[in-house]
Amino acid sequence: MKRVRVNPIACEGHGLCAELLPERIQLDEWGFPIVDPEPVTGEAARHAARAVEACPTLALLLEADS
Amino acid sequence: MTAMRAMKAPEIAGPPGLPRLLAGVTSTEAPSTLDDHLAVFGQLPPPGAIDLPALVEASGLQGRGGAGFPAARKLRAVAARRGRPVVVANGTEGEPISGKDKVLVRYFPHLVLDGAAAAAQALGAREAIVAVSRADREGLDALSAAIAERGGRLDKRVRLRAVAIPDGFVAGEETALIQFLNRGLAKPTFTPPLPFERGVGKAPTLVQNVETLAQLALIARFGPEWFRAVGTADEPGSALVTISGSVAEPGVYEVALGTPLRELVALAGGVTEHVRAFLVGGFFGSWLGEREAADASLLEADLRPRGARLGARAVVVLPTSACGICETARAMRYLADSSAGQCGPCIYGLDAIARSFERLAARQRLDERKQLKHWIQQVRGRGACSHPDGAAGFATSALEVFAHEAEQHLRGRCEAKRQVLPTPAVAR
Repeated sequence: MKRVRVNPIACEGHGLCAELLPERIQLDEWGFPIVDPEPVTGEAARHAARAVEACPTLALLLEADS
Repeated sequence: MTAMRAMKAPEIAGPPGLPRLLAGVTSTEAPSTLDDHLAVFGQLPPPGAIDLPALVEASGLQGRGGAGFPAARKLRAVAARRGRPVVVANGTEGEPISGKDKVLVRYFPHLVLDGAAAAAQALGAREAIVAVSRADREGLDALSAAIAERGGRLDKRVRLRAVAIPDGFVAGEETALIQFLNRGLAKPTFTPPLPFERGVGKAPTLVQNVETLAQLALIARFGPEWFRAVGTADEPGSALVTISGSVAEPGVYEVALGTPLRELVALAGGVTEHVRAFLVGGFFGSWLGEREAADASLLEADLRPRGARLGARAVVVLPTSACGICETARAMRYLADSSAGQCGPCIYGLDAIARSFERLAARQRLDERKQLKHWIQQVRGRGACSHPDGAAGFATSALEVFAHEAEQHLRGRCEAKRQVLPTPAVAR
């Protein structure tokens, strides 16, 4: 199972993640992501991987459950 | 068997009742010397004579820094890592309404050093660091003197060191402490790794609150059964509690966990005014209305169902001459300004919450409580550390407990005649 997580220290609120993974990520009124902690599978997992790659500050993480 | 051998040191029984940690209190207000300390508590069992993790596990000791994590589990987690561990005693106590760690470090530095030494010996660590806020000159002096005094009398393999940490509410958060020790920046880091995985100099690091270590030093001497003789089965032992506000004798008291709140108030000389509410658990804690607090006890199991937590065991008695909304507004501003300024949701979210409380306190007659509750919910879990979560819990309890005062403010009325909560200036 994989989950999307944000490193809030690295995040600068560019907001690309919310565009690429709207099914799991919303932005707050200041542009910082609010991430749905439910695991991502199938198509959502592919979208998540793309969002992770697109993050300019490498703040978006796709983590495997430990 | 080994425990028997340990007890061969000058036979000193554990203090039979309370106080325990504060058993060496004298009227001199000078730090307890090594001789004073040994006369009260005796020697720590020699390294290897006891199985410390087993004793701590049997004692059920929970962390006394605020989070209440089982001390034995933390000890074992560090022990299970590869590499020589480091021990850090956390005496920074950034919480403005808590003074118990400062009391321990200033007056009973040897108890803290014993705990750090016992933990270091059990883990095979060669270095134990005691971290104190750099504003706490007395604490640093007492610690340095105590460390110097031990020169030849402690297990020579463990180097003891006192370190001054920048002031501030989040500087004592354990990842901030590690980052400061490693590279001089007292701000929390993203986890993992946690300190037990990679801490000081990348070594597995045990970070324990100084009171936890002082308790551990007594458990090493007198054993888990002695420890469990006070407190409850699930929350055993005694604890240091800081009480302030409208009581006759504010200060630090040692009580058994499970002590009724009203008994603590009585210990502190009773109330000096009519009581509006209690703040329990520090600035990351919760307000409890006077009536709701009437039968509350100093126990997580009792406070959780009331939506509160014991946390760092700091209690403020808020009199009716003070206003809960105004107090909360000032405390929220302090918490917002105390953000390390690293995470967007904490920087902007806490500031928005604080501003909203400030407008309410200033009796701006616009009801924005719905928006406020939305912001409070929204910041939870979105910082690298738990700063936003602690602040959110505090703010939530204020809106519940001071619902009536909030209504009054919206009608332009406020009963505040004075301020109670201390909110230190924050250097930005």
